[in-house]
Amino acid sequence: MEQYSFLRELADSWGLLVLFVFFIGMIVWVFRPGSRASHEDSASIPLRHEDRPPAPDEDAKAAAKEART
Amino acid sequence: MSNYIKLIALGLLTLFAAIAANFARDLAYQVHAVLIMLVSAGMFIWVLRRTDEPAPVVAHPETSYMDGVIRYGVIATSFWGVVGFLVGTFIAFQLAYPELNFDWSEGYANFGRLRPLHTSAVIFAFGGNALIATSFYVVQRTSAARLWGGNAAWFVFWGYQLFIVLAATGYLLGATQSKEYAEPEWYIDLWLTVVWLVYLAVFLGTIIKRKEPHIYVANWFFLSFIVTVAMLHVVNNLSIPVSIWGSKSVQVFSGVQDAMVQWWYGHNAVGFFLTAGFLGMMYYFVPKQAERPVFSYKLSIIHFWALIFIYIWAGPHHLHYTALPDWAATLGMVFSIVLWMPSWGGMINGLMTLSGAWDKLRTDPVIRMMVISIGFYGMSTFEGPMMSIRAVNSLSHYTDWTIGHVHSGALGWNGMITFGALYYLVPKLWNRQRLYSLSLVSWHFWLATIGIILYAASMWVTGIMEGLMWREVDANGFLVNSFADTVGAKFPMYVVRGLGGVLFLAGALVMCYNLWMTARRSPAVEAADAVAHATPAE
Repeated sequence: MEQYSFLRELADSWGLLVLFVFFIGMIVWVFRPGSRASHEDSASIPLRHEDRPPAPDEDAKAAAKEART
Repeated sequence: MSNYIKLIALGLLTLFAAIAANFARDLAYQVHAVLIMLVSAGMFIWVLRRTDEPAPVVAHPETSYMDGVIRYGVIATSFWGVVGFLVGTFIAFQLAYPELNFDWSEGYANFGRLRPLHTSAVIFAFGGNALIATSFYVVQRTSAARLWGGNAAWFVFWGYQLFIVLAATGYLLGATQSKEYAEPEWYIDLWLTVVWLVYLAVFLGTIIKRKEPHIYVANWFFLSFIVTVAMLHVVNNLSIPVSIWGSKSVQVFSGVQDAMVQWWYGHNAVGFFLTAGFLGMMYYFVPKQAERPVFSYKLSIIHFWALIFIYIWAGPHHLHYTALPDWAATLGMVFSIVLWMPSWGGMINGLMTLSGAWDKLRTDPVIRMMVISIGFYGMSTFEGPMMSIRAVNSLSHYTDWTIGHVHSGALGWNGMITFGALYYLVPKLWNRQRLYSLSLVSWHFWLATIGIILYAASMWVTGIMEGLMWREVDANGFLVNSFADTVGAKFPMYVVRGLGGVLFLAGALVMCYNLWMTARRSPAVEAADAVAHATPAE
């Protein structure tokens, strides 16, 4: 098959399916049960580390705190 | 050791540029060769003076953010903004009063030469510098990591300024490949590709070494903007130079394929440069200024994927009623209309971030600026899909309605969100407690808003009038109006549009004064406060 027809058929069959499944999968993943806590954590990223990166020991403390909770 | 390699490379580059200036086949190329020769010779001397000198000791660079390059970016954004708005206002008056195409500047500063200077200055110089500066700021804070690559960020900044200067001088001297928003000729395109790949490396490198486990959504938008613009730029600028000693090049694509590639590029320049990148700004600066997290993180993820899945298909709506097959134009039109949903999803997400903090609208003119930018985003992303419908497009295309639409998006959305980000950034970057004057921010807000309204309203009127006049036929089927009739009828609206530009420019000048005084005069954050401020909340 010539290249154009091949790409055209790929685009409106498997290509379309892959993109569509990825998109639906993304939405399902976003609304998965228990995602609220991690999303709230992600949403608050801009509200920390504003003036400088965390020092190495702060990292360890944060990790320890995370392990406790 | 690395300095010796730099010296050899810069010396060879200076020599090559000198040879190129000698062999140049056209004026633009010659001027650019001289410019590159001077820049590389200057850098040669700069590097030479630092060679075999003791290197300055930098104390613990990893415990601080790299903000110097962002300060330069903020200054460059303000400077190019004023230049771009000034040229835009001037060419608006050139359209109203053709005498402003002076005889003595014919061939250099007439409308045809200045128009790409205006569009590139506002989109790539003002918008591009704003995107580079804010993306460097945001990626460091949200990754909790210093910029990757050391001085590579400085290379991106200065390399981008060189690109702007080469492009701008090229337009005035007539080096253009006649592709809208992609006018720079082949060697300027190659240079931008190099700069852009380093930009990608710096941004991606910072994300890779991040301390936050999650990549914040603003960085997704910035990254998609950088990657997509690289792809669009390379494909749309595939061309073969006629000679390496001249600026002229020949496009690889021709005919309708060239048109399709151009508008695939052109519309995604809107979609990824002016939308995705600036949404990255919105997702950081609106929550920061409102001091609360974004309204819905779920919505922001869906917003991201929906936007990038759909935008890339919308380009063919620029080619209704052309040689492009109908199915392709219809595809572009359908995707443009579907695009309305993610656009408004993002708008809702940005606006609702203020829920519970709406009182800030009364007290904080910076947040007012951000809110009106999101409002203009919503308005122009409604107008755009509507104009992409084939029947509407048959009225609106080639008229001033299109120009009005572009400016309500560019001045309203891109301009205002950038101004908001600049007002946020300057006190932070220059370590000041607050802005010099909030009432000047209010002045800027109203000058810019009234300017945009004058601009958009006059362009709606003149665009629809023009479209209706072009299609008006008499009882015998003859066209009623000549083209010159429409030009004459548009005069009052052109004057109003120019006045809108004057107001917008005046607002930008007020901003520059305010930012300058903030950096100079505002009280500094006291050391004790700074330490208290820097302590993490937990």
